[in-house]
Amino acid sequence: MDEARNSRSRISRRGSSRHGSGARLWLAGGWLLLALLAAIFAPLVAPQDPLAQDLMFERLPPFWMSGSEPGFWLGTDSLGRDLLSRLIFGARIAFIVAFAAALAACLVGSTLGLISGYFGGWADRIISRIVDVWMAFPPVLFAILLVAVLGTGLSSVIIAIAVIDWTRFCRVIRAESMGQARMDYVENARIAGYGRIGIMLREVLPNVVPSIMALLSLEMGIAVIVEAILSFVNLSISTDDPTWGGIIAEGRLSIHQAWWVLVFPLVTLILTVLSFSQFGEGLKARFDPVLR
Amino acid sequence: MNATRPCLDIRSLSTVLPNGARVLRSVSLSVQPSEVRALVGESGAGKTMIGKAVLGVLPLSVRIVEGDMLLEGEDLGRLQPKARRTLIGARTALIPQDPLTALNPSRRIGPQMTDRLVRILGWSGQRADLRIRQLLDEVQIRDPDRVLKCYPHELSGGMRQRVLIAAAFAAEPRLIVADEPTTALDVTVQKQILRLIAQLQREHGTAILFVTHDLGVVAKISQKVSVLYAGKVVEEAETAALFAAPQHPYTRALMAATPRYTDPFASLKPVDEAVLAGLASEIAAADQAWKRSHG
Repeated sequence: MDEARNSRSRISRRGSSRHGSGARLWLAGGWLLLALLAAIFAPLVAPQDPLAQDLMFERLPPFWMSGSEPGFWLGTDSLGRDLLSRLIFGARIAFIVAFAAALAACLVGSTLGLISGYFGGWADRIISRIVDVWMAFPPVLFAILLVAVLGTGLSSVIIAIAVIDWTRFCRVIRAESMGQARMDYVENARIAGYGRIGIMLREVLPNVVPSIMALLSLEMGIAVIVEAILSFVNLSISTDDPTWGGIIAEGRLSIHQAWWVLVFPLVTLILTVLSFSQFGEGLKARFDPVLR
Repeated sequence: MNATRPCLDIRSLSTVLPNGARVLRSVSLSVQPSEVRALVGESGAGKTMIGKAVLGVLPLSVRIVEGDMLLEGEDLGRLQPKARRTLIGARTALIPQDPLTALNPSRRIGPQMTDRLVRILGWSGQRADLRIRQLLDEVQIRDPDRVLKCYPHELSGGMRQRVLIAAAFAAEPRLIVADEPTTALDVTVQKQILRLIAQLQREHGTAILFVTHDLGVVAKISQKVSVLYAGKVVEEAETAALFAAPQHPYTRALMAATPRYTDPFASLKPVDEAVLAGLASEIAAADQAWKRSHG
């Protein structure tokens, strides 16, 4: 009776989650792939030079409005630079930061979280206290401070984001591996003669990988936001290369004359961040053997 | 093989928690080769802890303060940690209480079962695979190919427990600790699993330390019984003798608290106040004596 009810609910949950995660995974993945390809092949894809200024063409509206010029699909900014091309080149910075910073944060945070959760004891106490102290800093201010100290530039932005956000991985992975470490299969592996580090890597790690994947994707989205915030306050990369946050900052100044310079990069940013988080959730739902 | 040497010999084993409370109180217990020794008691009596101590998987907070454990004559306390791991890994196995959490959810059944044959006994993968299939046949799993490729959650509770029993017997251990192996299963499956354990035990001649709180199970499977209360063995006897004439008042009270099929509506008696008071003073006296001898 009970058994039957359980299995039925498991089946229906499995069915619905597969449908939900399917659409989610494909939509989010599709957008990310599009943006990624545009970033990689930016010089080939972009219709204009993103840095070319032309004061004759300043504040052109997007293509469906009167006064637009062919070739400038999303209009131009106050210096006459093509907005679409700038967004495409901005995606390069966004993705480099997203991948590098999220991977670095993931590596540090997951490793410490796994150790802390599996071994417990003094290792856990030390790591957890460090995390507590770390999380007491307001993240954006911390990032600004770090970049101010490290100097602007791509690598400082990446380091700053990784240094701030490893705690997110550490917390979640600690909790997960703590739960796994109490399971009987860990005890079984010990009886079977495995060492502690072997058990951590062979038995516990595979069970937290789905969470790591989901977090990694989420973190990429967060890295994109933080990079945009840093560009917005002019503390990201110092060259003229366009960044999404930089474009938003410029758009803010001319919002009454040319709303599109603010709206398009904002929409791009939101879609990308949303896609990253949904993609991660979808991946987890698909690859976690227990949820599957 | 020396017939008089016990397979497992625990001599006055005591453990304490960090707060100084004694959990096991000088437990002595031996299991002869090919014997099933039941360990009964209520929750918290320390049954499982004895099993964990033997297998070397006590929680880090629990400390052994006294006593020796001999596995086939080898003193586990005197071995280096690594040698102890290997010895325990080669000669013992566990049939756990909860067949769901005892299997790693993200690994397939096959590698989980062959793992330890390859690692501890140094077998080739192929040989381990053959052995596992042979054991799956013994526990009446008819489609080993499918089962070996499954993830644990794809099998029912009874199937998972069969898999674990097969894995426990696969390495031909001398001693198996069965920690309430039927408690998490429903009654019809319980009976099959119990019969299966008994059958494999007979065929393989393995000694079993059978931890349970179910006197009905004790009567079915064991030759000898130790009754445990608050970490102390209060009575030890041949199973038949214990059921015919329980000596200790606590044992008698336990039996009175067990439902009977012949008269299911008879009200069950909780353990008598006087019996509990007697036990409390018995344990207090034992603790006094222990304190005196250990400063």
